[in-house]
Amino acid sequence: MKRSITRLLMAPSVIMLLVWMIIPLSMTIYFSTIRYNLLYPGQNNFVGLMNFEFFITDPGFVPAVSNTLILLLSVLIITVVLGVMLSALIDKPFFGQGIVRVLLISPFFIMPTVNALIWKNMMMNPVYGIFAWISESLGFEPIDWLSSYPLVSVIIMVSWQWLPFAILVFVTALQSQDTEQKEAAQMDGATGWHIFRYLTIPHLARPIAVVVMIETIFLLAVFAEIFVSTGGGPGYDSTNLAYLIYNQALLQYDVGVASAGGLFAVLLANIVAIFLIRAVGKNLTV
Amino acid sequence: MTLNQQRKLKTILTGLFAWSVALVLFFPIFWMFITSFKTELQAISVPPSLFFEPTLDNFRIVQERSDYIHHAWNSVVTSFGSTIIALIIAIPAAYSMAFFPGKRTKDILLWMLSTKMLPAVGVLVPIYILCRNYGLLDSKTALVIIFTLMNLPIIVWMLFSYFKDLPKEILEAARMDGATPWDEVVKVVLPLSVGAISSTALLSIVLCWNEAFWSLNLTASDAAPLTAMIASYSSPEGLFWAKLSAASTLACAPIVIFGWFCQKQLVQGLTFGAVK
Repeated sequence: MKRSITRLLMAPSVIMLLVWMIIPLSMTIYFSTIRYNLLYPGQNNFVGLMNFEFFITDPGFVPAVSNTLILLLSVLIITVVLGVMLSALIDKPFFGQGIVRVLLISPFFIMPTVNALIWKNMMMNPVYGIFAWISESLGFEPIDWLSSYPLVSVIIMVSWQWLPFAILVFVTALQSQDTEQKEAAQMDGATGWHIFRYLTIPHLARPIAVVVMIETIFLLAVFAEIFVSTGGGPGYDSTNLAYLIYNQALLQYDVGVASAGGLFAVLLANIVAIFLIRAVGKNLTV
Repeated sequence: MTLNQQRKLKTILTGLFAWSVALVLFFPIFWMFITSFKTELQAISVPPSLFFEPTLDNFRIVQERSDYIHHAWNSVVTSFGSTIIALIIAIPAAYSMAFFPGKRTKDILLWMLSTKMLPAVGVLVPIYILCRNYGLLDSKTALVIIFTLMNLPIIVWMLFSYFKDLPKEILEAARMDGATPWDEVVKVVLPLSVGAISSTALLSIVLCWNEAFWSLNLTASDAAPLTAMIASYSSPEGLFWAKLSAASTLACAPIVIFGWFCQKQLVQGLTFGAVK
């Protein structure tokens, strides 16, 4: 087939994604250099980098950036480490495997808004929640999770959503592991730990890379969980970049500053993406 | 203990462990489901009540108060609509990249994936303003367009990794028999990849159904899908967990049950075939 036809077939996807990327992004760049507050229409003069200055000196800026990164790294570590350990432990035939699989993956299908509501109310409520009931039965003071440990609460919610995904990917990957190799190692006197360290972990390198990549895409953009549960608070304790920018744009109507923030978020995502695509790109066969 | 007994014990322990992990992770969903059949008083009772007389009142009230059917319909239209459109655009692209790869194919694929990494919040303002200027705020059209573009990179990737594994000989044989490129796609490639295309579609539907950023920011009531309807229950008007649970159960049930049936394909799909 001619090159021109293959190009033609690719064209719709490529052009649409280009448009989707370029138009909003150039508008964001433009808005970020003008004074643009929806409350004061008609005063859209050029202000240079002032919006960036405003955004970076905003009291929420430093917490938002660090919360975004803490959230990303904690959830990645929790899901990958726990995911690898749990999947290695349950990677043997046992009674009711099919049902366990179905139960395990379920949290992944729960929508983020529902996720946040279940945890906020029925699990973490300091008076009526399950956690409060458990700690009271054990004789401890119940903890008000959302106001005392807001970021930890969000991390728990998001990890709950993504741990099942990691487990399932790793379990699926482990099923293709060479059992003969494992048995041979056992014959040679390798301990369970050695097998895990030198056979299982290397076998999981690729799945881990893929899980890290997919999760990063979604974790940098966590929004609904915060929107519904903590509202970014108390103070800026659980505000991430996405939430801070949403706050600037749709609650304070300052489009200029919000656009500057948006560009900052794009920059941050790009830095993360460069590392990731380098690391993961090799692992994806093209 | 003999080796056989040891092995048996190991199986039992593995099973117990796996079941406890699964039950702990599933517990919040189970609890939501149970609570939806309680009265408001039972829902907040301490200690939590496990045995009670189930009532269906909550479901009725949710439908009356927030018109579940209306929002569910919005969810169905936006997720299925955008999935179908995205597939129509993505299939030719994935086909040409998989069967006629050029020097740049890998770069194009990685670039597509990188557009997925652009944080939505970076373009929230312009999209919001564009929608406002074209009268698309709170419209299903806007959501369908955005969902299509949002999932397009992942859909192209997934289809690409499936198509790539199809044996090239079959296509060559078809060509020898005088098949046109159109015939090739319609009569050879598509029938061979029904499974691949449907699992891609499933994943896209799940992602759209649960999408919350755009639906919370761009819709109010007319076009609000279930994610946005549920968020309206977060207002602290008091404790009405039973109704909240009923609404949540209704919002999640279709997609969770849907997911149960195709979890294996979904994992394979979401990892671009890197895990089989």
